[in-house]
Amino acid sequence: MTGAPFTMDVELGKIREFAHATKSSNPDYLKTDVPVSPATFLASAAFWTGPENTPPLDEIGDVARILHGEQEFVFHGEPPRAGTRLVGQTRIGASYEKQGTRGGSMRFVELVTEFRTPEGRLVAESKSTAIVTGQVPTEGSATS
Amino acid sequence: MTTTATTASTASTAVNPTSWADLQLGVAATPFTDAPLTRTDFVRYQGASGDMNPIHHDEQFARAAGFPTVFAVGMLQAGILATYATDWLGAANIRRFQVRFREQAWPDDVLTYSGSVVGRREKDGRRLVDIELTATRQTGGVHITGSATFVVA
Repeated sequence: MTGAPFTMDVELGKIREFAHATKSSNPDYLKTDVPVSPATFLASAAFWTGPENTPPLDEIGDVARILHGEQEFVFHGEPPRAGTRLVGQTRIGASYEKQGTRGGSMRFVELVTEFRTPEGRLVAESKSTAIVTGQVPTEGSATS
Repeated sequence: MTTTATTASTASTAVNPTSWADLQLGVAATPFTDAPLTRTDFVRYQGASGDMNPIHHDEQFARAAGFPTVFAVGMLQAGILATYATDWLGAANIRRFQVRFREQAWPDDVLTYSGSVVGRREKDGRRLVDIELTATRQTGGVHITGSATFVVA
């Protein structure tokens, strides 16, 4: 299950905005002419994607019951710098069940996005783990 | 690249060890206690990231969904944890960053971010340091556990 590829330009202004929003005053993000992007910056790929770029989620479960359980970013070299054009593509990765701490089972589904240069070199990977619960989440119950 | 030039930044004002020789197992960076989380923090992060889920800024929406009020955007605190880690070991040096969301965090929570060395290895001629990371609420409850890998000169 794979979404359509999408283009994402790593923009200087967005790097600065993202760094401020994550309470950074690091000159390596905020003063350098061609800064690297912050470690969680690829979360802003949301601006570059539409429904066609996300694998069909209806097989995951009721979207209203999905929690963000885990997130990982892997960089093959330094994080992409301002001015880099990336081509991303998202697929559904591993899927498994675990017993919740308060009874009932929770389903875990991994969404993996690969970010490559237009030439095809792998730059970074993002892995989001979604948790599908059977109930409205309450404080402290996000993960087991 | 070292973090010498970044020691005046928000999240980490102390001079922390950054050399391969000094980054021994168990070595910790000075913890960073942030100002109380505000709804403005949430909105600013949501605007920057493009995640406009109203559960984090629309009071009526959050209450209708069964919550006492809006709650913090997990990826905001993950981003602040990354700010803390990269202030320590270098923005360009990070190679992996991972978080697991535990307890939710709420407006007015005071979070403390901390990290320590849990691994040292060499791969393809590069020296790598693995750190573990935590964001803890003022209650002592753990909001986020995480880990990261940096190349070290």
